[in-house]
Amino acid sequence: MLELRNIEKYYNPGTVNEMCLFHGFNLKVEKGEFVSVVGSNGSGKTSMLNIICGSIPIDRGQILLDGKDITKEKEFRRNRRIGRVYQNPALGTCPAMTILENMSLADNKGSVYGLRRGTNKARTEYYRELLGQLGLGLEDKMDVKVGSLSGGQRQAMALLMSTMTPIEFLILDEHTAALDPKTAELIMQLTDKLVKEKKLTTIMVTHNLRYAVEYGNRLLMMHQGQAVLDLKREEKQDMKVDDILAKFNEISIECGN
Amino acid sequence: MDFIVTILEQGLIYGILALGLLITYKILDFPDLTVDGSFPLGAAVSAALITRGINPYLTLLASFGAGVLAGICTGLIHVKGKVRDLLSGIIMMTALWTLNLRIAGTSNVPLFSKETIFKNEFLSTHVPQSLSPYITLLVTLLLTVIAKCLLDWYLGTQSGYLLCAAGDNPVLVTSLAKDQGIVKILGLAIANGLVSLAGCIFCQEERVFEISMGTGAMVIGLASVIIGTSLFRNLSFLKTTTAVIIGSIIYKACVAVAIRNFEPRDMKLITAVLFLAVLIISIERKRKVKGNA
Repeated sequence: MLELRNIEKYYNPGTVNEMCLFHGFNLKVEKGEFVSVVGSNGSGKTSMLNIICGSIPIDRGQILLDGKDITKEKEFRRNRRIGRVYQNPALGTCPAMTILENMSLADNKGSVYGLRRGTNKARTEYYRELLGQLGLGLEDKMDVKVGSLSGGQRQAMALLMSTMTPIEFLILDEHTAALDPKTAELIMQLTDKLVKEKKLTTIMVTHNLRYAVEYGNRLLMMHQGQAVLDLKREEKQDMKVDDILAKFNEISIECGN
Repeated sequence: MDFIVTILEQGLIYGILALGLLITYKILDFPDLTVDGSFPLGAAVSAALITRGINPYLTLLASFGAGVLAGICTGLIHVKGKVRDLLSGIIMMTALWTLNLRIAGTSNVPLFSKETIFKNEFLSTHVPQSLSPYITLLVTLLLTVIAKCLLDWYLGTQSGYLLCAAGDNPVLVTSLAKDQGIVKILGLAIANGLVSLAGCIFCQEERVFEISMGTGAMVIGLASVIIGTSLFRNLSFLKTTTAVIIGSIIYKACVAVAIRNFEPRDMKLITAVLFLAVLIISIERKRKVKGNA
């Protein structure tokens, strides 16, 4: 279980541009939940993910993981239990290395990167199998540099790589935003399959309201550092894209946009 | 013939330096100016040890170790002190000047009468007379090949993979639950170890330690890396490590030919012009590749 307690986050503290994003923000994510997060730009969606992962520090509050305080834990340490896929497909893979090398790197997450051979020949068949599920033909391009793949192919690899080793949390930061509609659909289906297979607790930020409604079992709408809408299981099932859109507009009007 | 042998000797020695810069410049994308200090550091360590009667072959290891320490310092300044990469290198380079003087004792240490890795009892008794003019070349060739093979081996390990990733996509290293700062420090350590090793060999080949011998080492190394990697870009069977060593030999050959027709004091200007030419040509090639794609 992940818990954010009384989070306070200021940007540019001590300057005229000081901005308070979170003031007493609370969130509890139960094990096995798949949370879709929507909200306008600047509402704090990505900041929330960054706070959970430890990419940015917080000014006050606590982050608890299974009851253990991890507020002070460094980002790379937290990542042992967290897999993250970014909006930019280039961030999840190593472009100068081959597909095989990338898969080997990801396969070793959580253990020591020592002086053993970088690629384990015996695992190659397993990687091929994993890549085969994608249906993108990547399994026949094991020795191709990832830099020459398309954004969609890279994002599929990034997703595969981030969930290869046993993790508890999957953090998806608008991971379909940079892809064409067809590829985005494919990546979303793959995400859903992986999450169900591996029983991952997932937080997905998205601008695609349809994805937010269709996938996952909890929906969160963020606005000015607050969760203005939090629908769980049954409540969410009854939701339609139009309902969410209506709520979205309502907030925007209040704001004067 | 002598002319060619000298070019090969120097090219191979600077090839080890280029291997070091391959790690910092090409793999880690770190403009590491420590090199101008760690090259003479290796020379100072070997000169100091040889004058004290230590086995010259042991100085190779000692110099490598000293370079590793220098690299770790640069890395710590950059990662823990959060100083910009270029400045961390400059700070270490400046500090090493004094350190090198302290280690060597004076700014100039001649080693003419001492045993070196190229001239010692073992070699003079075991190597046939006919090969003796080529001893220096053979020893440098052997050392360069060993350094290259070890680096190739390392880059093929899990740790080596992580090093490549750290330069290519630091975010991925963090995602893999590893501290990218540590990986950077490790890369700088190995790189400066190699540079220092090159300094040690160079000093024994020249049979003298000179405090200013590191000035411009970075430029020579960079030129070698850029020549090597851009010239052999399309030959996929050639490893990058081999390419930069050949690049270093080509660079030394160009300088040697130029020096023959000019005065020694023109050396630095020739170096600068050659380096510039290499840079412009390699950019030109990149454009062509892009145009065709």
